Amino acid sequence: MTSSYDPTRDVPRPARWEVLYRSSGPFWDGVASGKLLLQRCASCARWLTPPRPMCPGCQSREHEWVQSTGRGTVHSFATYRHAPHPAFPAPHSVVLVELEEGPRLVSSLVGIAPENIAVGQAVEVVFTHAADDFTLFQFKPAA
Amino acid sequence: MTTTRTVKDKTAIVGVAVSEFSRDSGRTEYSLAAQVVRDAVVDSGLSFDEIDGIVKDISDGIDPMYLQKAVGIEHAQFASDSHWGTSAIVSGITAVAAGICKNVVYYRSVNGASKRRAGNDFRAAKEMQDESLDLLRYDFYSPFGLLTPSGMAALCARRYLHRYGVDMSDLAWIPAVASEYAAANPRSAFFEKPMSFEECADSPAEVDPLRAVDCAPDVDGAVALVITSAERAKDLPHPPAIVMAAAQATSTEGELFSSFNRPDITGLPEMKLMGDELFRVAGVQRSDVKAAQFDDRFSFLVAMQLEELGYCERGDGGAFCAKGERIRRDGDLPLNTNGGFLGEGFLYGANVIEAVRQIRGTSSSQVENADLVLVASGAGGPADGLLLRR
Repeated sequence: MTSSYDPTRDVPRPARWEVLYRSSGPFWDGVASGKLLLQRCASCARWLTPPRPMCPGCQSREHEWVQSTGRGTVHSFATYRHAPHPAFPAPHSVVLVELEEGPRLVSSLVGIAPENIAVGQAVEVVFTHAADDFTLFQFKPAA
Repeated sequence: MTTTRTVKDKTAIVGVAVSEFSRDSGRTEYSLAAQVVRDAVVDSGLSFDEIDGIVKDISDGIDPMYLQKAVGIEHAQFASDSHWGTSAIVSGITAVAAGICKNVVYYRSVNGASKRRAGNDFRAAKEMQDESLDLLRYDFYSPFGLLTPSGMAALCARRYLHRYGVDMSDLAWIPAVASEYAAANPRSAFFEKPMSFEECADSPAEVDPLRAVDCAPDVDGAVALVITSAERAKDLPHPPAIVMAAAQATSTEGELFSSFNRPDITGLPEMKLMGDELFRVAGVQRSDVKAAQFDDRFSFLVAMQLEELGYCERGDGGAFCAKGERIRRDGDLPLNTNGGFLGEGFLYGANVIEAVRQIRGTSSSQVENADLVLVASGAGGPADGLLLRR
């Protein structure tokens, strides 16, 4: 995180202090290297989204990070008509994507105007640079 | 779930108080809290040295210790910071029913509109250090600009509309009728006259698909109420609101407004669990309820609560409210008769106080023979509720 980062103006970044890093750090490390990684129980293969320290199905504390295909569909979307933050000028849409593996992730879309987004639309992940030192995952309409 | 049986008819709400509701109180939350707690105890007819329990919602910045030293409550044997909704009231009821203490005061004091909050700087630091699970949510939502409960709720609302083939105009009777009740309520700072269905349906989006009229406004204000035993209530000045049943529920993969990894994001499974338990404990039917107070922080949550609490089928909550006929004062389920949070502003506890007014016969939109009132809180998070009777 560079000293020029201003959370009141720039795209808010995931917290990186240790209490969270143990859970979501590997996810964001994956994004930084262009991979969408999902936490999965190493014992019973249940998807764990958002990440957590124990599997609610079998109570195993062992997990693995598995790369998603990055393909999914728009499960829902919402459009802010007033900017919720200076980094997100209105209209700003957020999207809930259901990945083909099953887990759902909040994200945003590129390459489509808010009025053209539709529930059920096929999308695929892209990695974009929100800042020189910060990569985001977003989605675009599937080819 | 047998524990909640022990609360049946054991306790009563005997004192209530509210502050002025405004866009800027010009006062501290501490000052507002002290005022309403004092007024609620006076209203109850109990003496201050009889109060031996204090409960509040965790989102309120005023610690009970400070409240005690302002109001003059010497000793307490029960204190609870409960989470979300009005579950602190359920905690207080449970403590009295179990004999842990005798008389509990509940309060909530929030400068939600002016943001004249207790310890703003401290709060920010505390959130960063302690509330790591909430931060886990923000870790995944804020980088995309999903920064508000309204945005999270809008995602659930959109899926609901899609699944059931309805649109927001099908739900516009909910804010329209809320504005009618609010216009009749002298405490409302937001509606001097009602909005028509057309005005609601045509009003601009805030976080599409939610319009501004679908989002309860932030408000400055405070509420307090007093819980005692049903036995003690017999000697007190006001007709008691007897607690027939009180219940809470949570459900799997829950988050506050962002339970996005549940199989189905178009319902409120906690609300169904909570409501089923309320009616089971009370031993009454849905149709026995004379008035109801539902959590309308966002309008579509009213539709979901009608569905989950057993008043209609899934997806039919908007149709239930069509033309407002069934939810107005002379309908079969008068709903949010103070205007709800949409009409008075978002302040948990005010919904329970309106239910007590109906039981007492003092509502600004009084329902005839309101001898059984249902309250539901915590829509979009852990749910809680009450069945109150005369």
